[in-house]
Order: sequence, then C-alpha cells, then structure tokens
Amino acid sequence: MSWPLFLARRLAALVAVLLVASFLVYGLLYLVPGGPMAFLLGNRSGSPEQIAAIRHEYRLDDPFLIRYFGWLGDALRGDFGQSLVYRQDVSDLMSTRLATTGLLVLYATVIIVVAGVGLGVLGALRRGTVDAVISLVNSIFLATPTFVVGVLLVIVFALGLGWFPVFGPGAGLPDRLYHLTLPAIALSLGSAAFLARITRASVGEELRREHVETARSRGFSQSHIVRRHVLRNASIPVVTVTGLTVAGLIAGSVVVENIFALDGLGSLLVRAILQRDFAVVQGVVLVLVTAFVLINLAVDVCYSLIDPRLSPGEAT
Amino acid sequence: MSNDLLVLDQVRLDIPAGRDWRTLVENVSLTIAPGEAVGLVGESGSGKSMTARSVLRLAPPGARLSGRIEFDGTPVLDLGPRDLRALRTRRIAMIFQDPRAHINPVRSIGDFLTEAMVTHLSVPAREAHARAVRLLADVGIADGERRMRQHPHELSGGLLQRVMIASVLAVEPDLVLADEPTTALDVTTQSEVMAILDDLRRERGMAMLLITHDLELAAATCDRIAVMYAGRILEVQSAETLVQTPRHPYTTGLMVSRPSIDRVAHRLPVIAGRPVAAFEAGAGCAFQPRCTQAGPECLTGRPPLRELAGAHVACVRAEES
Ligand SMILES: Nc1ncnc2c1ncn2[C@@H]1O[C@H](COP(=O)(O)OP(=O)(O)OP(=O)(O)O)[C@@H](O)[C@H]1O
Ligand code: SF4
Ligand SMILES: [Mg+2]
Repeated sequence: MSWPLFLARRLAALVAVLLVASFLVYGLLYLVPGGPMAFLLGNRSGSPEQIAAIRHEYRLDDPFLIRYFGWLGDALRGDFGQSLVYRQDVSDLMSTRLATTGLLVLYATVIIVVAGVGLGVLGALRRGTVDAVISLVNSIFLATPTFVVGVLLVIVFALGLGWFPVFGPGAGLPDRLYHLTLPAIALSLGSAAFLARITRASVGEELRREHVETARSRGFSQSHIVRRHVLRNASIPVVTVTGLTVAGLIAGSVVVENIFALDGLGSLLVRAILQRDFAVVQGVVLVLVTAFVLINLAVDVCYSLIDPRLSPGEAT
Repeated sequence: MSNDLLVLDQVRLDIPAGRDWRTLVENVSLTIAPGEAVGLVGESGSGKSMTARSVLRLAPPGARLSGRIEFDGTPVLDLGPRDLRALRTRRIAMIFQDPRAHINPVRSIGDFLTEAMVTHLSVPAREAHARAVRLLADVGIADGERRMRQHPHELSGGLLQRVMIASVLAVEPDLVLADEPTTALDVTTQSEVMAILDDLRRERGMAMLLITHDLELAAATCDRIAVMYAGRILEVQSAETLVQTPRHPYTTGLMVSRPSIDRVAHRLPVIAGRPVAAFEAGAGCAFQPRCTQAGPECLTGRPPLRELAGAHVACVRAEES
C-alpha cells in the first residue's frame, strides 16, 4: 500500500464515520421521549403558529430520511439551521466560539506536549532527585481537579498579582493568547503530568532495549543515543496519549470556559442542551465528532511516520 | 608485558541483588593474541555473555567489575568515559545474539551501517553509503542498494545478522566479540553466517572471542577454547587438543553428549542435572553435584586453574580421568 492509497482509505473511513455520526446525531431528536415536538417545545407552551413554524423549520412533515438528507446537505454547505433560542444561524453562533475553543485547545496542547514530553524525558534520563521532584509535582497536578487549578490561578495570578486578565477572550491574536494563557494552563496541567508519566515510562523502557545496548557497544555518546535511538522509538505511546488528551480537552474545556467566562463551544453545547436548542446541539456535536475523527487520523499518520513497521509506504 | 591483545586477569563481576551482591563472573583469566580466535563455551547461565560484556564495560547498571582487563596495554577498567567510547568505537566491536532485537527497528539498514562511519570516523555521508554497500557485498548481500533503504523488519534473521557483521567490519576493529552470533538463526543459515564471519575476520586479521554453546562449532572455528561453568573458567586448551584430550570432566561431558552427525538438528540436554550460575554454586568445585568423577576432596574449596600437560584445568582429579 502506498501513501496516497493509505490517505484515501483513511479519508473514506473518516467520511463513513462522520456519516454514521451525523445520522445518529440527527436521529436522536426523534428518540427523545414525547417525540421531537415535545422536545423542541420544551417548557415553552407553544402557540399554534410557533408549532407550525417549528414543524416547518425542522421539516417534521417530511419522511425521516428525506429530512435527514436535507439537513445533511445544508450542513455540508455550512448551514446548520437556526437556533430556536438565539434566533440566529447556528453556523454564526458556532464560528466565533469555535475560534475561542480551538485556540484554547491548541494552546493547551502545546503546553501539554512541551511540558509533558520535556519533563518525562528529563525524569527518565536523570533518575534520582530530579526524577523524584518531577514525579511528586506530577502526582500533585494529576490529583488536582481542573476547576481547582483554574480557581487558584485566577486568585493568584489574576486577582492577586494582576499579571493576567480575570476573564474574557480578548481581541486580536496576541491579546487573545494573553487572555487564554491562564485558561490554557488550567486546562493542561493534569494532562501534562499524565503525559510526563507516559513519556518517562516509555523512554525508560526504550533505554533498556537491546538495540540501545548495541549503540552503547558502538561507542555512541549518551546524547547521541537519546536523540537517535530512544526518542523516536519511545514516541508511539506518547503520540497515542497526546491524541486522546487533545480529544479530551475539547470536552474538558467546558469547565475552564465557565471559570474564565469564555464563550466557547463547550459552554454553547451545555447551554443548548439545557435549553433544548436542538439545531445548535446537532451542529456542535457534528463539529466535535469531526474534530475527534481528524485527531484520530493525525495520530495514525504520526504512527506511520514514526515506525516503518506501521508505514503504508513499505516495500516488500 | 605480553604481546597479547586482550588480557583478562582475575576478572569478577557482581551485581546488586537487594542488599547482597550476586557473583556472575568469578576469577576469569584469559588472553587473546592479535588475530587469534578464542572460543568461550559453556551451558546457559555460565556467565559467557557477562564476560564478553565486561570487556566493553557493558555490565548491567550498578554492577561491580573488578580484576584486571587490559586491551593492547591499556587498562580498560581505568578508562574515563571518553577513552572508553574511543575503545568501543574503533577497537572492539560486538556482535549480538539476536539481531532483530539488537538493531533499531525504526531506522533503515543504511542508517545502521553508516551511523558509526559518519559519527565516529567523519566519513562523508555519500562515501559512507558507498562503503556500506560494498560491505554488504562482502557479507554476501548482493542487492545492497535496495537493502540500505529497507528496515529491519523487512529482512530475515540471517540477512540481519549479516548486516550486523557488516556494521562491525565497517569500523575495522582489532577484536570482535561474537556472542552466539548464530543461535537465533534458523539452522540452514547458521553455518553460512558463521563461515562469512570467520572468513572476513581472518582476511582482515581481527581477533575474535566466539561465545557459543556448541563445542564442535568452537573447535571448528577457533584456535583456542575456554570452557566456562558457573562464572569460572574450568579448562583452556588449543582447539585441537581439547577435542582429542579433554581434561575436565565438564568438558568431557559436553563432548560425550554432543550429537555426532547431524549436529545442528538437535541440541540435547548435555549433562545430567541443571547448570548453576556462579552465585548458586556451593563452596567446593561448582560442578561437583553433576560430576561423575567427584570425590570427597572436591568439596574443599574451588579448584584453581592449573597447568597440566599444556592444558589449563580447574579440577583436583584431572590426572585421574
Ligand atoms: N541483567 C542481569 N541482571 C541480573 N542477572 C543477570 C543479568 N543478566 C544475566 N544475569 C545472570 O547472570 C548469569 C550469567 O549470565 P550470562 O548471560 O552471562 O550467561 P551466558 O553464559 O551468556 O548464558 P546464555 O548461554 O544463556 O546466553 C545468569 O545466571 C543470568 O541469570
Ligand atoms: S574437582 Fe571434583 S567435582 Fe570438580 S570436576 Fe573435578 S572431579 Fe568433578
Ligand atoms: Mg549469553
């Protein structure tokens, strides 16, 4: 199998997953007790005009499959319908929030990878005091819930020292990053600690491998051995955990968004669920599923680049 | 000063085990002359690999290595890190038993072969590549260009061990430590790979320490043979005389139970009883529990290695057997 074929296959699988997911997301509306009408109306009483409007909006009079494909076609063109609550296009509601959440997750990912891999490698290479200190700090971070970290950061660095703004997303990229620094740190500490553990174990294991002994027997320096024979070999579990972590961050960002009053995708979803704003729920869930699937694809591509045994381009 | 290339004198290796130390190698004295091939033979766990690793100071972490190891007049145990690396780079090379585990699976064969040349000998990458292809041809791999681009999992065990041999030849060392270079290979390729290794090291005048379970293989390849048991050397003789007149009951045992014609097909349990490691041995002769010649005098202390009619034997009753 070659690289283009590999990617084509993965993309086909991606499309299939999205199709199934979208079907489920859309179909869920009709599995809700009381049927879609009751769900969409929720606590609202609903005048006959409103009910008619909803029936029209959601095409409730059409057969299910036709409705689904109609919705899917619109969604593909970026039209996720209108929010019942905000009376706005769902895509407009999502786009600004997607930017906030996306930037937050990306920022946190960078912190997680840099700190997690850095500390993990350091711990594995410098057994003893350094390793013990890192392990202790990791344990503390792992045991502390995100919202506690978030609140502490706000109290110390925003309210106390005044180094960072207390809340809000900021405007313009540098200002946004500045505003997102505390949230990103709050979001990343636990995951960074976890990644550090995985990295330390993986690097430690790789250092004891036979092929590393071969490299030693050939007189290579420790730094050469670590660079050429340990890091890349040890990176498969690291990539796996990073992928899972990033996927988890997208969901976990809700907590942080709430603490720092960021209007992100997570808070939009939670509110939409509580308010039975179904078009928004569908839109956000579809975006999240797409993100998960893309992360998965990225992880698989990384595997293939790291380990030739998992590579599609191998000649046999 | 002798003109030996390698001198091991009373080498001892202990590794930490809880609060105690465990002896893996004890009182090992052995010499190898330039260009000479010496076989190190013995059952599993006798400390052969540890002895070879000691020469390169590749003992397990925390191990205590004592005695005297001298390579070309240099005391190996006193070398600083830089000199030790230089010794490993240019002068002594090791071939490991299982090439699949001992070659980095994520790097290409080309990387493996050129890495030392480029890093240590500062050979330009292009020239190193050409040299590596020639080395592959030397070890009987014709389509070197293609192999260089492949990865270890795409090659058979026999081919990989040839690659390992080629990588050792690349730095032209004075001494090759070959730790059971053919044990992990399937039987049909064993003799081929062994022949390639032996021919090439002879051509280049390299000395070799060949570790094997197989006394016959050692006798066919080596000039001298040392027999090891429970971390000690029990007998050293020239290959020829050892096969004709083994002096130590353990050596005799290894030879008697050797399957004669079809030697590779079955490796029989050699001598009745289980081999012991150095730290498991009792106070007297370590071989005593399994020895058919044993008498009461065998239990008073470890028999030292002593000269007997041109051989060196560590058995108090060597004259009688
Ligand atoms: N890393 C280690 N830590 C502790 N003990 C070890 C280690 N490696 C080997 N040993 C022990 O040291 C003893 C000698 O091992 P060694 O590998 O030198 O034997 P060997 O003669 O090469 O045997 P084999 O033919 O099985 O390779 C054995 O009892 C083994 O269990
Ligand atoms: S010393 Fe005794 S027990 Fe040991 S090999 Fe000789 S005869 Fe056997
Ligand atoms: Mg061994």
